[in-house]
Amino acid sequence: MNIKIKDLHFTYPSGLQALQGISLSIEAGEQVAIVGQNGAGKTTLVRHFNGLLQPTSGSVMVGDWDTKQNSVAKLASRVGYVFQNPDEQLFSRDVETEVRFGPRNLGYSSEKMDELVKRALTLTELSDKTGDNPYDLSPTWRKMVALASVIAMDTSIVIFDEPTTGQDAVNVARIAHVIAELKREGKTVITITHDIDFCAENFERVIALSKGQVLLDGPAREVLGQEEILSQTYVDPPQLTRLGKKLGFKEIVRNQEEFLDALR
Amino acid sequence: MAFVNLQNLTYKYQFTKTPVLQNINLQIQEGEFVSVVGPNGAGKSTLCYALAGFVPHFFKGEISGSIEVAGVESSKSTLDEWVMNVGLAFQNPFNQISGAKYTVFEEIAFGLENTGVPRDEIKVRVDEALRLTDITELADRSPYSLSGGQQQRVALTSILVMQPKLLVLDEPTSQMDPIGTREVFSVIRKMAEGGMTVVMVEHKMEWIANFADRVIALKDGQILLEGKPNEVLTSDLLAENGFGLSRYTSTAREAKKQGLWKKENLPVTLDEAVKGFKK
Repeated sequence: MNIKIKDLHFTYPSGLQALQGISLSIEAGEQVAIVGQNGAGKTTLVRHFNGLLQPTSGSVMVGDWDTKQNSVAKLASRVGYVFQNPDEQLFSRDVETEVRFGPRNLGYSSEKMDELVKRALTLTELSDKTGDNPYDLSPTWRKMVALASVIAMDTSIVIFDEPTTGQDAVNVARIAHVIAELKREGKTVITITHDIDFCAENFERVIALSKGQVLLDGPAREVLGQEEILSQTYVDPPQLTRLGKKLGFKEIVRNQEEFLDALR
Repeated sequence: MAFVNLQNLTYKYQFTKTPVLQNINLQIQEGEFVSVVGPNGAGKSTLCYALAGFVPHFFKGEISGSIEVAGVESSKSTLDEWVMNVGLAFQNPFNQISGAKYTVFEEIAFGLENTGVPRDEIKVRVDEALRLTDITELADRSPYSLSGGQQQRVALTSILVMQPKLLVLDEPTSQMDPIGTREVFSVIRKMAEGGMTVVMVEHKMEWIANFADRVIALKDGQILLEGKPNEVLTSDLLAENGFGLSRYTSTAREAKKQGLWKKENLPVTLDEAVKGFKK
């Protein structure tokens, strides 16, 4: 399922013009990272994809649905959204109930629901915590509960808003694994992140936003190599990209494998 | 004598089975910038709470050993005395914003108001703090209308404005953009050079190595390793214990195996990596 955004403008009631003419399309099965300065409009943009926000002008189409003509509840069957702060979305008394809530509301059969919940819990390594209250878990695991509860909805599009914030290396690897699995299943994954190394290692396409507009949009290798343009939106290239450049490599390297190949 | 002195500190929350901090001994000098690293669940936030007086004054539980800051023993002090010396920026800024103020300016003035600072001085200090962290343009916005990273800057500024002698920061840049992160590290460095003692929990190894004086590696409530940033952050012990590493460190370690990194020491920063890889 694709997303088509045409000349999207959004102004908050306070008068803040958060999005100022964004046009782009995201194809089914793409893995897209959105980067950019704090306040650039990243969260405002993705909140248009599931109808949490409505365009001030312009349009957002999710498949054949215009988000202006469809409710958030309906759009939830196509677009899953993991909030930046898990505490904003968790409310059930135990992990299993929390994860079951989404698929139950989408009206799946009970067999399908069992299967989806089981898969989501396995993928997020929560299978041994199903009876725990999410708020008794550490922030790390609460984040995984938030991920599981959205993955269990089996939507074609999944949005992660800063999934790696405050996570240690082991959990970042766990989240990368979840994203790789979703990719394998053909899902569209859209992720907001400030972790540029994580971005370089897990995403094929990168969109850099600045002051409510698209600054750069293209293959990760091209976008992440543009040091000067990225600095306009307070983003540094990945560590190994910066290192490769300093060492005078001809090509732009994004990860360890590419770096070591270029070094030989 | 050390400005911060933790002696045999062991602490267990009221409803947990095992201690979160176990026999911590830690001395920090005045004006030192110390960074604490460790996997999730290592006890980093609890250590912050212990330094900031929340443990044992707010969170109950079992505590033994001692916490001393500026020559005062925590158990012999009260929280309202303690906060005159120590400021803590929370891991999650959503939990720190007071909810009682309409604008960022007022939010940052909140602590000063509560400690009886004269009105004229509040205005000067808030303006100065807003400039320091580069958020003057957010002054009239509602704290709740801000993005996550902006809110985090406000939370940090509202502590900096108090000019605490000991500044405790629990992942203060977790939601910030990359260049903003570097700027915040640089501001904190300057505060330390001005005599403020800083303890900062962080995962961003490259910037820790560039700006901190010393690193404490915490695991399972105990100090696994401490020392100069480059020594600690390149240690095999960290790699084996699930700590995050800078890409420079992990890539050079792999390169070393393949004979492509010739130096004895591994790099943490860009400069160190450039020097080591240059042919």
